[in-house]
Amino acid sequence: MKKYILDLTVRSVERVHERYVLIKLTQQDALPPMTPGQFVEVRVDGSASTFLRRPISINFVDKEKNELWLLVATVGEGTKTLAKMKSGDKLNCVLPLGNGFTIPCGRIVGHRMLLAGGGVGVAPLLYLGKLLKEQGVDITFLLGARSAKDLLMLSEFEKYGRVLVTTEDGSMGEKGFVTNHSVLQKESFDMIQVCGPTPMMKAVARYAREKDIECEVSLENLMACGLGACLCCVEKVRVDGDASSTVTKSDGDASTTVTKSDGDASSTVTKSDGDASTTEATNVCVCKDGPVFNIKRLLWQD
Amino acid sequence: MARLEVNIGALKMKNPVMTASGTFGYGLEFQDFVDLKGIGGIIVKGTTLKPREGNDYPRMAETPQGMLNCVGLQNKGVDYFCEHIYPQLLPTEGNYIVNVSGSSPEDYAECAARVDALEHIPAIELNISCPNVKDGGMAFGVTCAGAASVVKAVRKAYHKTLIVKLSPNVTDITEIARAVEAEGADSVSLINTLMGMAVNIEKRCKTLSIGTGGLSGPCVKPVALRMVYQVAKAVKIPVIGLGGISTAEDAIEFLMCGARAVEIGTANFLDPAVTIKVRDGINDWLDKHGVADVNDIVGAIQ
Repeated sequence: MKKYILDLTVRSVERVHERYVLIKLTQQDALPPMTPGQFVEVRVDGSASTFLRRPISINFVDKEKNELWLLVATVGEGTKTLAKMKSGDKLNCVLPLGNGFTIPCGRIVGHRMLLAGGGVGVAPLLYLGKLLKEQGVDITFLLGARSAKDLLMLSEFEKYGRVLVTTEDGSMGEKGFVTNHSVLQKESFDMIQVCGPTPMMKAVARYAREKDIECEVSLENLMACGLGACLCCVEKVRVDGDASSTVTKSDGDASTTVTKSDGDASSTVTKSDGDASTTEATNVCVCKDGPVFNIKRLLWQD
Repeated sequence: MARLEVNIGALKMKNPVMTASGTFGYGLEFQDFVDLKGIGGIIVKGTTLKPREGNDYPRMAETPQGMLNCVGLQNKGVDYFCEHIYPQLLPTEGNYIVNVSGSSPEDYAECAARVDALEHIPAIELNISCPNVKDGGMAFGVTCAGAASVVKAVRKAYHKTLIVKLSPNVTDITEIARAVEAEGADSVSLINTLMGMAVNIEKRCKTLSIGTGGLSGPCVKPVALRMVYQVAKAVKIPVIGLGGISTAEDAIEFLMCGARAVEIGTANFLDPAVTIKVRDGINDWLDKHGVADVNDIVGAIQ
């Protein structure tokens, strides 16, 4: 997919939680095609301590309003500066980056998918849910948070599927972590897609492995360039693993098939005998080969 | 329109703007943002005789006006480059230069010999200054004897333009520059990254996987400028300046301090189109100041 550097206009900045803002962006021309799970590298102007761009996942694309939504957790100086933007401000974005979640092609009515998210990790699941619903997928969102007030954008998720929640304090939904939810024991799913804190994704991945369910996770390793050039955000992946998913990737219009790489050699896995690292794994860039990975490619065993 | 062509030995470039190794991938990652033909020289990722997995994650830390990295020369080896990557570069018509690294003079020479056979690669940049690998790289670049031994071995095996990239992590960089000039280097480029460190005070641990990393970005520019100025006075071969360049004005400072060309590194992460902007900015500056040829400002500051 072609990448762009765009000065997008801030339409609104909505504080959806004490630690999260929802930034809605637009521009005169139609926004370029983007797929759920891809991300944007935003330049943070006006923060002296912020040097690098900040990778933010695509929360939603509203094609009718020509809007791109970014759900931003205000964790450091950079993201706090972003939260202070006003309607009409410009935000310089490099987009769309990385590879998104798999969207089964064709209308697969009755295909049951679980979309699990925790914290700001719920962000990409909203747009994903919309596109999956358009494909006729039966969607269950399983969203986890510390307490009821930490659950974000629930009414938006309800537009696209059934929403189940867990809270650590039991203030809403079932008490505990997402992996404790009873739905995982009572029902079965054809595929699981996850975004959230690493321990949560690992727990869901363990469940998926036990039940032999296809599972994709979205990683957020620390990155600099977002383009596969600096090699900072690497994740070790299996060399012998089944690297190719059986489901074709879609860009959301369900018409075009997105190939996983645009020809650069760095996405090809090879064995290494050049240093002391293990020979069955190789480093790939999360920004370019991911951020979405099928768990079969990852070395997660715990 | 000022004349922008510069020569580095037998290497002819359309303009003095190059990309620094490890910050621009193979150029292909940036094709959506810049016309690769318009860049003076594209120095690709550090290439070694055998494939290298590089260091473990985390490899990057953001610093005030800069970043640290300890990637550790991750690459698929020179044979992979020649067979799989080189053919992809040809259609772009870019002016490609391969950055060569190794762990012994024989390694360097063998790697350089294989690149020598590639018709459309007019030059190599010898990396004797990588701070992030134990068994080589900077070990050679910090002593005159070490630097000379590598250049001597490579000079026998490589017949085109040989640029040697110098480490700033030395007591007197001019001595090293003179040593490599004496062994037949056609040019020196400087500076590679400054060795640095970052810590996490909450976890009481080192931020980077190997503890230390190379510092780059605008924060290193004054150090780089001083070293370029000193080296340009100490050697007769052309000097290529780099270190924190992100604007045309930065580039002009290096040219005036004696650099014949400049490399842009970390700035590519902040603005993937920066190279072309710097090229155009240099041209505009020259026009505005009535300078007909970029070579006329090289070394203007005595």
